[in-house]
Amino acid sequence: MLGKLSWAAIPLDQPIPLLAGCLAFGIVGGIAVYVVLKGWAPYLWREWITSVDHKHIGVMYVFLAMVMLLRGFTDAIMMRSQQALAFQAPGYLPPEHYDQIFSAHGTLMILFVAMPFMIGLINIVVPLQLGVRDVAFPTLNSVSFWLTATGALLINLSLVIGEFAHTGWLPYPPLSEFAYSPGVGVDYYLWSLQISGVGTLLTGVNFVTTILKIRAPGMTYMRMPIFCWTALGSSLLIVAAFPILTATLAMLLLDRYFGFHFFTNEAGGNPMMFMNLIWAWGHPEVYILILPAFGVFSEVVSTFSGKPLFGYRSMVAATMAICILAFMVWLHHFFTMGAGADVNAFFGVATMIIAVPTGVKVFNWLFTMYGGRITYPPPMMWAIGFIVTFVIGGMTGVLLAVPPADFVLHNSLFLVAHFHNVVIGGVLFGAFAGYTFWFPKAFGFRLREDLGIAAFWCWFVGFYLAFMPLYVLGFMGMTRRMQHYDVPAWHPWLLVAAAGVVVILAGIGLQIAQLVVSVRHREQLRDTTGDPWNGRSLEWSTSSPPPAFNFAALPRIEEDDAYWQTKQRALRQHVLADEPAYTDIELPRNSATGFVSAFFASFLGFALIWHIWWLAALSFLGAFVTFVAFAWRDRTEYRVSAEEVARIDRENRRARRAALAHLGAAE
Amino acid sequence: MSIALEDARIDVGRRSYLGLRIEHAERSLASKRVISGFGFWIFLLSDIVMFSAFFAAYAVLSGETAGGPSGKDLFDLNRVALETACLLLSSFACGVASIGARARSDFMYYGAMTATALLGAAFLFLEIREFAGMIALGAGPTRSAFLTSFFALVGCHGLHVTLGLLWLLTMMAQVFAKGYRADIMRRVLCFGLFWHTLDIIWVGIFTVVYLMELAK
Amino acid sequence: MSNHTTKSRLQSSASSTRRFSVVDLFKGWRRFIAARLTAFAVRCYGLLSLLVLTGCEPGILPANGVIGKGDTTILIDSLAIMLAIVVPTIVATLAFAWWFRSSNSSARRRPDLIYSGQIEMVTWSIPLMTIMLLGGVAWIGSHQLDPAQPLPSNEAPLKVQVVSLDWKWLFIYPDHNIATVNHLVIPAGAPVHFTLTSSSVMNAFFIPKLGSMIYTMNRMATQLYLNADQPGTFLGMSSHFSGDGFATMGFKVEALPKDGFSAWVEETRKGAATTLTSQTYQDLAKQSMNVAPFAYSAVEPDLFDKVVKQSLPPGPGPVVETSPGASKRGKK
Repeated sequence: MLGKLSWAAIPLDQPIPLLAGCLAFGIVGGIAVYVVLKGWAPYLWREWITSVDHKHIGVMYVFLAMVMLLRGFTDAIMMRSQQALAFQAPGYLPPEHYDQIFSAHGTLMILFVAMPFMIGLINIVVPLQLGVRDVAFPTLNSVSFWLTATGALLINLSLVIGEFAHTGWLPYPPLSEFAYSPGVGVDYYLWSLQISGVGTLLTGVNFVTTILKIRAPGMTYMRMPIFCWTALGSSLLIVAAFPILTATLAMLLLDRYFGFHFFTNEAGGNPMMFMNLIWAWGHPEVYILILPAFGVFSEVVSTFSGKPLFGYRSMVAATMAICILAFMVWLHHFFTMGAGADVNAFFGVATMIIAVPTGVKVFNWLFTMYGGRITYPPPMMWAIGFIVTFVIGGMTGVLLAVPPADFVLHNSLFLVAHFHNVVIGGVLFGAFAGYTFWFPKAFGFRLREDLGIAAFWCWFVGFYLAFMPLYVLGFMGMTRRMQHYDVPAWHPWLLVAAAGVVVILAGIGLQIAQLVVSVRHREQLRDTTGDPWNGRSLEWSTSSPPPAFNFAALPRIEEDDAYWQTKQRALRQHVLADEPAYTDIELPRNSATGFVSAFFASFLGFALIWHIWWLAALSFLGAFVTFVAFAWRDRTEYRVSAEEVARIDRENRRARRAALAHLGAAE
Repeated sequence: MSIALEDARIDVGRRSYLGLRIEHAERSLASKRVISGFGFWIFLLSDIVMFSAFFAAYAVLSGETAGGPSGKDLFDLNRVALETACLLLSSFACGVASIGARARSDFMYYGAMTATALLGAAFLFLEIREFAGMIALGAGPTRSAFLTSFFALVGCHGLHVTLGLLWLLTMMAQVFAKGYRADIMRRVLCFGLFWHTLDIIWVGIFTVVYLMELAK
Repeated sequence: MSNHTTKSRLQSSASSTRRFSVVDLFKGWRRFIAARLTAFAVRCYGLLSLLVLTGCEPGILPANGVIGKGDTTILIDSLAIMLAIVVPTIVATLAFAWWFRSSNSSARRRPDLIYSGQIEMVTWSIPLMTIMLLGGVAWIGSHQLDPAQPLPSNEAPLKVQVVSLDWKWLFIYPDHNIATVNHLVIPAGAPVHFTLTSSSVMNAFFIPKLGSMIYTMNRMATQLYLNADQPGTFLGMSSHFSGDGFATMGFKVEALPKDGFSAWVEETRKGAATTLTSQTYQDLAKQSMNVAPFAYSAVEPDLFDKVVKQSLPPGPGPVVETSPGASKRGKK
């Protein structure tokens, strides 16, 4: 009846995950009860859960990413403290637990923190920057989000029911095959990634279509803000890479569930094929993450230098070059397989070539700052911190692309330091820069800058403290994923790294404080102009937060840096453009399709993990019926009347006129 | 009616693109039909990428028979030719159904969709017979890595055909219940694209799996 | 400190044994950077020499052996080449960020500087040229330090067959018909030819002091040539995660002088009469952790080939239900 599920699946003998899990679910449950008691449930259902508005979906993505960041960071604290303690000692985490922690840490941070954070920012910003009202497929967008949330839910469920994978964040066979990992851990991994992967793929399809097919009149490709270009690059990579992940994980699932022989030791299976396939997805994946971050930094550096981006065309060319090269370097993840000198050398050189467009980007940011008038609110601090940190990470990355150097550094803590250097210093700093940059746009009030800057410094210093020792440890021969070790020389460095984690923790604490304090003082921090940073692209031309329809009339774009030019013209002529003739606007209606299908997907995933076949069949049927019900709707859009549009827009224009007067006075 | 209307909308989009005043009711430049079709094409491309991973696995593992039977021992070209014919004809029927839907001809639409469904089901029937026969011979997917990759690749295509049939029946029911409404016509378009893509993939399977194996 | 002399020996022998014409241009820089790195490493090792308990040297610097020196030389060369670009970039970033701050009234503003063909030329060519240089280093290095390439030497290499097991290492000496577990003994100065496989899951065989690591995989045999220039005791390990016992897969590597090695071989042959047969191998292949080093005085012929060709089945994996939710059904 319940497949493999029994009371034995609850890890009563392991207090840490059990307590942590109970605490987490207790908090979530408590919040849910509080919301219901306060009478907020209908609001939540109407405005968020069933919303198909790209801005709301984006905010939910970012929220999910931040919650998962806390979970993933808790894992990080446990790993660092275990390694700080486990010198000639067992530490406090037994291997089977420690192994789950680093596996969960990597999986969560890449797929449920970095991905949703970037996708969230893309969701909030891209349609606004393109000057349009929504993405190509709004309901599909909601489905994407909720499927991602399902994946995150399943991974966290593994804390209290069963176990997570013991195999590392990429479950290399044969270790991940049924013979060597008979538990449900790998199944949790596989099904959460399959389900959330579908969501990500649909996001990719959605944004490729949006950016290529839906832009405001006059928004030609070469007038698109660079963030749109990087979002396009990222979405194209998703469309091309995620199906490979789906196929590869499906093969491993077939091996595990039905005794197939894709990657087994027996009957001619080939584990090396898994490594090739998974990295054919995995390497583009890192560019899926970093490209939007590059876009964020381009916007931030240009805005706070008060200059257009230097070498825009080069930036576009570099972005697209990275997209293509991303698929030609996967083998550098296993130079040590013994593929032969020619193969290694080819992939080594191909990898290095990616450093060229990346280097161009760095220099272009540098020359954007050159001759600018630079101010330093938190987004710009993250950007400067990023450039300094990222070039170090890029350098160590190219170093690892030299095969003979990789032969002694592969899988060492040097490697761990390298990818944290680029993922934290690049992706996460980019995410935080974007978060602080666009927060006023999404919510209508700013974040407190003092706490933001303090948080930046904690992260920055904490990062160096936590990861520079790992570079040293790599030179000292320490390999990754050690549950304990006996080499005395490694110990002091691991203590320093643990101290770095504490400093980062302080940074996270400050970020939470920043959010809480800003929400409490939101009236003082209110952004009435819609343009708090003197921005350059179209998202700043509408109010903060933007109305459901984003723009009362679709803007017409005649120049680069669309909004900046509009402002300059208005300043010169001392008038705003004429009020447009307002008309009714049709917007897509809310839909519970995403939420309901994800509800069934959660049960489907859970049932498949535990081999509860009847529940799996029932859930699949439920999901199918949901989609058919959605397809049966007769009314898919609602209408905002011209008067309502006029009322909202006039308010915005009033605020804008005041801001313009202010700017004019400052000139 | 709705096609004509949508074409007109494209036109409006083009004119506004040249700098004329834009319609405020217009949500985008491209028509919804273009957006849906384009988006679905992108999705199909991603599906083809997924198949290419299975093709790659087949290419790597096709020699790994682990002492078991090879394709030469198992494949029956006549049956495969019949399968191919079924699928190609169903694709033709699907095209006829699209024309029927455009022409608002119930007879043509339902007739051709039924033909598509029957031919697709016949294809599936033949494929399942083939699989069952191989499994009965002890040549199931667990026998060797070659058979693993064969069953996965061909089976993945078969699964797509099955889901396609489910979609096909849903589309017939939708047109029956809702008529040739614009949003439903867009779905008919997407379904057609999907079904033709399955044909393209089958041509790949037919060549790489069956013909090349028998030509060895 | 004595480490200084070791280090300088590394430098001289590295540059004499390996010929990288491109890199020679950068020898000056390399020395400069290497000296700083060495000073850093020396500090670490100073600490180590006080505390060391097991006597196994970890760390890839200073390397012992031709391959280790070749790898680390390329490593440091490449680092130096890149630092030449990276350090100025960081300095320029901070300098621009400081100088063009909005409150600096003496900075010359250039709000219209959004494109310059000359600057673009430079921004593309600097990384391009760096990468061309580094690509040359990588290409030549990959070929010269290919793990499967025999070391230039007058004497025939010592053959060692390596099997990674869950979770320990088996070393078979086919020429001497002995085997050891978690203890590798090699003659210093002579090249060693490792042929490696795995009984079950993937591992990587790595002795940081001697250089290049390589994967071990079931049904595959990888090749690796290493040597130790000087006698010593080094740390060996698995550097690819292989399951719950992974952290216990460290092993001790002893490079003995040639006569010492012969003596050790004799001693092992005459030691406790245990033979590694197909049967004892399969017992050994079962999962276990923290296995103390021991030796076999004799080995069944072609045992390694049987493992590679799977005449002996792959290691069994977990036999008892260790994980919650483990299935009651069998493999198939």
